Amino acid sequence: MNGAEDYLIGEHLTGGYGGANILHDCNIGVGRGEIAVIVGPNGAGKSTAMKAVFGMLNLREGSVRLDGKDITGLTPQARVAKGMSFVPQNHNVFTSMSVEENLEMGAFIRRDDFTDTLGQVFDLFPILKEKRRQAAGELSGGQRQQVAVGRALMTKPKVLMLDEPTAGVSPIVMNELFDRIIEVAKSGIAILMVEQNARQALRIADKGYVLVQGRNRYTDTGAALMANPEVRKAFLGG
Amino acid sequence: MDGILNALILLSNFVIVPGIAYGSQLAIGALGVTLVYGILRFSNFAHGDTMAFGTMATVLLTWALQSWGVSISPFPTALLALPFGIICTILVCLAADRWVYRFYRREKAAPVVFLIASIGVMFVLNGLVRFIIGPDDQRFADGERFIMKAREFKRLTHFNEGITIKTSQGLTVVTAAIVVIALFWFLKRSRAGKSMRAFSDNEDLALLSGINPERVVMITWIIAAALATIAGVLYGLDKSFKPFTYFQLLLPIFASAIVGGLGNPLGAIAGGFMIAFSEVTVTYAYKKFLAYALPGDWAPQGLVQLLSTDYKFAVSFVILVLVLLLRPTGIFGGKAV
Amino acid sequence: MILTGHRGPIDGNLRAIAMFLGMFLALAAVGLMQSWSLALAILNLCLISAVMSLGVNIQWGYAGLFNVGIMGFAALGGVTGVLISAAPVTAAWQAGGSGIVIALAISLVVILGAVLVSKRMAAGLRRKLVLSLIIVPGYFLARHYFDPAIEAIEAVEPAKTGYLGGLGLPILFSWIAGGLLAAAVAWVIGKIALGLRSDYLAIATLGISEIIIAILKNEDWLTRGVKNVSGLPRPVPYEVDLQQALWFQDWAARMGASPVEFSSIFVKLNYAGLFATVLLVLLWLSQRALNSPWGRMMRAIRDNELAASAMGKNVTGRHLQVFVLGSAVVGIAGAMLTTLDGQFTPASYQPLRFTFVIWVMVIVGGSGNNWGAVLGGFVIWFFWIEAEPIGLWLMDLFTAGLAEDSGLRRHLLNSAAHMRLMTMGLILLLVLRFSPRGLIPEK
Repeated sequence: MNGAEDYLIGEHLTGGYGGANILHDCNIGVGRGEIAVIVGPNGAGKSTAMKAVFGMLNLREGSVRLDGKDITGLTPQARVAKGMSFVPQNHNVFTSMSVEENLEMGAFIRRDDFTDTLGQVFDLFPILKEKRRQAAGELSGGQRQQVAVGRALMTKPKVLMLDEPTAGVSPIVMNELFDRIIEVAKSGIAILMVEQNARQALRIADKGYVLVQGRNRYTDTGAALMANPEVRKAFLGG
Repeated sequence: MDGILNALILLSNFVIVPGIAYGSQLAIGALGVTLVYGILRFSNFAHGDTMAFGTMATVLLTWALQSWGVSISPFPTALLALPFGIICTILVCLAADRWVYRFYRREKAAPVVFLIASIGVMFVLNGLVRFIIGPDDQRFADGERFIMKAREFKRLTHFNEGITIKTSQGLTVVTAAIVVIALFWFLKRSRAGKSMRAFSDNEDLALLSGINPERVVMITWIIAAALATIAGVLYGLDKSFKPFTYFQLLLPIFASAIVGGLGNPLGAIAGGFMIAFSEVTVTYAYKKFLAYALPGDWAPQGLVQLLSTDYKFAVSFVILVLVLLLRPTGIFGGKAV
Repeated sequence: MILTGHRGPIDGNLRAIAMFLGMFLALAAVGLMQSWSLALAILNLCLISAVMSLGVNIQWGYAGLFNVGIMGFAALGGVTGVLISAAPVTAAWQAGGSGIVIALAISLVVILGAVLVSKRMAAGLRRKLVLSLIIVPGYFLARHYFDPAIEAIEAVEPAKTGYLGGLGLPILFSWIAGGLLAAAVAWVIGKIALGLRSDYLAIATLGISEIIIAILKNEDWLTRGVKNVSGLPRPVPYEVDLQQALWFQDWAARMGASPVEFSSIFVKLNYAGLFATVLLVLLWLSQRALNSPWGRMMRAIRDNELAASAMGKNVTGRHLQVFVLGSAVVGIAGAMLTTLDGQFTPASYQPLRFTFVIWVMVIVGGSGNNWGAVLGGFVIWFFWIEAEPIGLWLMDLFTAGLAEDSGLRRHLLNSAAHMRLMTMGLILLLVLRFSPRGLIPEK
């Protein structure tokens, strides 16, 4: 885990929404082409950690670095322009707009021709090409998630952040979605995601972060965490 | 047979033609309200006075043009002055946003605070309009007054009844059609229009996609100002321009926007026609119509007017309440914030 | 908002007292510089405005209800002044009284029947059919009795009466009756519109107030419509009587004023006494209510509706209570206004003056604070009246350089009256922005 510095790093993250801190000295990082997964029990601050990295939380301490440059002070919008992309857990598609328009909106900050990227997203999620004229609100849960991820990929990001991408979808769809995510990672994009389905997520993870009460409890490769008996017992149900 | 036809002609003349014209005016007004609601998420009480302001600016230039002898007869000179009125109104709306609404946007204030602020803007605009042009009725229509006169219609068709179509009515319908098509093209096809829809649909996701909210808001005010001015000028050409009447139009306009579903442009158009036709049909006296349509001795004695014209507000109100009770998000489904 | 720390209460109270003192000094200045009669006239309307603003504050400040139909409730109170105090017109009652009564009875039966049907029958086509079978013939039946009766009533000496008249009771009763009538109408509206989103309540109340005014303007048999009812009996002495009374002439002489001027001041002082009594009683009641468990619950609901309803509070029910109470207070103020004017003129009810200016009063005074609402009523009414002379004076100053007969100068001077609307708007916007809690903030 040492050697070259990770592409995206959140260090000593401490902060919360209102008065009390939810995160306490939390460290997270992910390199290019890697998949990093944050797991942990409910209320462990997993999503909060994501938001902290994306600038949607007031940090009291700590910093976020992207490609070695400090971006702690940037707004989420500015981070999008710097090549970060975020897929929220809920309300992550424009329900009244067609699939194609959703993807177009994803490419909003791009001034160049994005037909290539559109083609790549359609290659990655063929069903979206089929349903391109349909309103995103009419799609099934799994298809919506594909739209959401597709929208986030339209900026050609260097980092893709996913907040529980498999929440509420069937196991088959989940596996399918994970396959796609691996594919995305292979293209050199750094992927940071929060997952409820810890076992399946760690299986595909290069790095795993187990958070408990806003602190790092275990940090290791996905395989190592899967093999760690304590982690298995406490977080993976034996 | 002639009786029935005469009855239908009568109905066209007094219900359908005025209904279509009034409906178009309401629809354009309601589109402005619904767009502002969709993007800025508050009911803009200043919309009626924005219409009045835009109309006033247009009227002033129309008078100037008339005094210089400029004319585009048979069309009313006001059409020539309309772009000027629109530009003035856009400037006023952008100024109001810059000095009033933007602050509350940054504060993330509750919708009702925006609403109260819009009442403040309403006062200022209302005062401004009365200050500049006065509170009285102003006529500014010129050019050919009629497309078709009842007398000609009768001469051509030999019916007892005739149809009158005023130029302002024809103009209203044509303009409304052009405006609506242009607006929908803009919303559906253009990048800016799509970003507006995205912002209205899901503000947070729009921000995550890098859509600049201030730009979306600016475009919204520009369109709303243009729509308000067009609606106001068309209404003024059709009837007359009186600042207070424009304030009162707020109710049927809001009713149209809510009936169709706040935030839904298609709904605003449908709502506008629904309100207009309800108003006209309920306040029309059917005596003559029934006299034609029914066999001789069945003709009614009274006026057969369901509601006196003085209560036309009641019509929009009743429809509004019914829709709110039965389908709170409007017939076409708007936002339920 | 309950728990937000308050600045020392003594401090806040001192500030409030100072502001009220300032207000009375301003009124005194008008008395000295313009005339005492004018100062008292302003004071009387200040008192009535304060009552209205108190009513709106009950709705907005206590419960966060956004009512834009204040004009309607004020007018309902106003018309009660006519219905209570005007002399009954016997000829009109004979001409059409029975027809009106029958028509009203039919309407009542139809409404009750419709309500009963829609409650008892299951929703569906059959219910719709039955409902329309009750309502449509019922409507025409009622009109069958109603229309000729109205015509007959309105034909009775139209230049002098042409309406049913009132009950011929002392006009002070209308202050209570006006409150009750406004409360009853508010109950019906509240039943329909409360529970909807705030924007919808606003628009619904805006609509209902326009309808109320339309009814008062057009139902001549009831209100004489735009022909107005004037010369309503007063609760205080008439100037002419006073001027002729010896004791009054003596008193005036002792005060060193002419009987004519002194009688006008005396009458206005009487009104001021009556209005001030009502204001103080209502203020006392409002303060009691605000600080009672009921008031605390209201504010808890206002600050977090979701939490309150999760705790089992009947939010809509409470809102209905507060809506009815606030509207009743506005109704009382409306009746007081008719009493002061001695006449009822439906056309004078303009939404800007009777709804939106009252809103400015509440916001400027300090929403949620009764004293603030009262102060707001005073300050804003004062400006509403004095904006015109001030505006005129300013315009005169600005245009001093222009020629005496310049068209622009004449236009500006003539339009100065409209300055007050702009002033109101600017005051509202500035207070909302820079001092959103108002002159006397909520504790």
